Amino acid sequence: MVNKMNIVPEITRKSITHLINNEERVDGRAMDEYREISLETGVISKAGGSARVKIGNTQIMVGTKPQIGEPFPDTPDVGVLMTNSELLPMASPSFEPGPPDERSVELSRVADRCIRESQMVDLDKLCIIPGKKVWMVFIDLHILDYDGNLMDAAVLGAVAALKNTMIPEVKVVDNEIIIDHENMKPLPIREEVVMCTFAKIGEQLVIDPSFDEEEILSARLSIGITASDKICAMQKGGDSPLTKEEIMNAVKITESKSKELMKYLEC
Amino acid sequence: MITIITLGTNIGAKSREDGRAFDELRNLKIEAGVLERADGSAYLEFGGNKVLVAVYGPKESFIRRFQRPDRAYIRCRYNMAPFSVDDRKRPGPDRRSIEISKITAEALQPAVILEKYPRSVIEIFIEVLEAEGGTRCAGITAASVALADAGIPMKDMVVACAAGKVDGQVVLDLSEVEDKDGQADVPVAILPRSGEVTLLQSDGNLTTAEFEKALDLAIKGCNQISEVQKEALKKRYGE
Repeated sequence: MVNKMNIVPEITRKSITHLINNEERVDGRAMDEYREISLETGVISKAGGSARVKIGNTQIMVGTKPQIGEPFPDTPDVGVLMTNSELLPMASPSFEPGPPDERSVELSRVADRCIRESQMVDLDKLCIIPGKKVWMVFIDLHILDYDGNLMDAAVLGAVAALKNTMIPEVKVVDNEIIIDHENMKPLPIREEVVMCTFAKIGEQLVIDPSFDEEEILSARLSIGITASDKICAMQKGGDSPLTKEEIMNAVKITESKSKELMKYLEC
Repeated sequence: MITIITLGTNIGAKSREDGRAFDELRNLKIEAGVLERADGSAYLEFGGNKVLVAVYGPKESFIRRFQRPDRAYIRCRYNMAPFSVDDRKRPGPDRRSIEISKITAEALQPAVILEKYPRSVIEIFIEVLEAEGGTRCAGITAASVALADAGIPMKDMVVACAAGKVDGQVVLDLSEVEDKDGQADVPVAILPRSGEVTLLQSDGNLTTAEFEKALDLAIKGCNQISEVQKEALKKRYGE
């Protein structure tokens, strides 16, 4: 559960808010500036694909595992995509061991929605025998260090890991599935997707909130957008409302900022 | 009926034939202070193993029944990432990881000066990001570095290493394949300054002579690893 220990001193709250109202941030960033981003892929050789992403001090390890399994009865001829996240207790004093809490579930569901609705992975091509066997791709988000903005890091890492994922060639001969580990091919990827998260603090919207900023935000908005500028997922969080102008402003910034994030995925 | 046939599986193939001598360790790399939020942390690569450890504390213990009036206690959580092994591991603790968590805490306990922090807890989180045989030893070795990085006073830095028997020969530091095909696996943790043993398990068949040889070999390996632990701390904090 979200820990009650996180009490933000009034003086911190005031100083951060005051700075932001004057279009300044504690770490000297502009309102629409990301912290330093680093992305490495192929770091776990036992995973189907993997990526270690850092946004500032936030650090997530993402691993994918393709497995053969049974499709859902309502979609018998498409592959299965499953996203799971663990807010490891190592990442923050407020994360507790145990089954996923509401924050963890929200994170994995939003990341999942972003990837699913962007139709980034061509799930139709992951069908092996309709109604019986399909590829199931598990995406596991391992949160190692929490310094704010898990959503953007999770989506960036998951997309990088999926692009890095190799699956073996599969042939079906007389009801026998032959998995050929000698011939590996990449997952069928259509177009990339990224997510931009904004925090409303004072009267301003700031992108990529840090831990301290997240602690005091009044509202949060995450927007998922594809390479061709299709908005594919959104999630509002926080206790306060947002105006229509604020939301449209965030969408506009997302359109331009997403191009910056896409560059990290090119390699 | 659908049968699944797997061709050409050389996943994780590695063996002593790769050129390692019977008393040779795999490549080892340790880095201290890799996480921002944790009080202390360490990252370790040992052969194909990749292990990350974070330490929190000493801090107030909220679980009353574990609280000790005269000293701190160590709570350890060993966890494997779902993508760390060949077949995806279901998230969450299983019987194996619960046992390893317990023996890891017990292996580290003798080194830590717990009397300094009554009613407190020191939390150790071990995350196996990739596993290739010998993760419990890798976890203990990395946890010691993370404890030191957290500034927790210790009498010594516990270090762990395994030895075992493969093809009838006693060898040091079993890889995953050797562990599966081998006849015995003996993980050992020691306090390097006194040579005292803080963890000892054995799984398999050994004669007394073989066991003694394995124990000696493991202790020799521990002493080598101990130097790398110290180097990691020197690199982080200077001489």
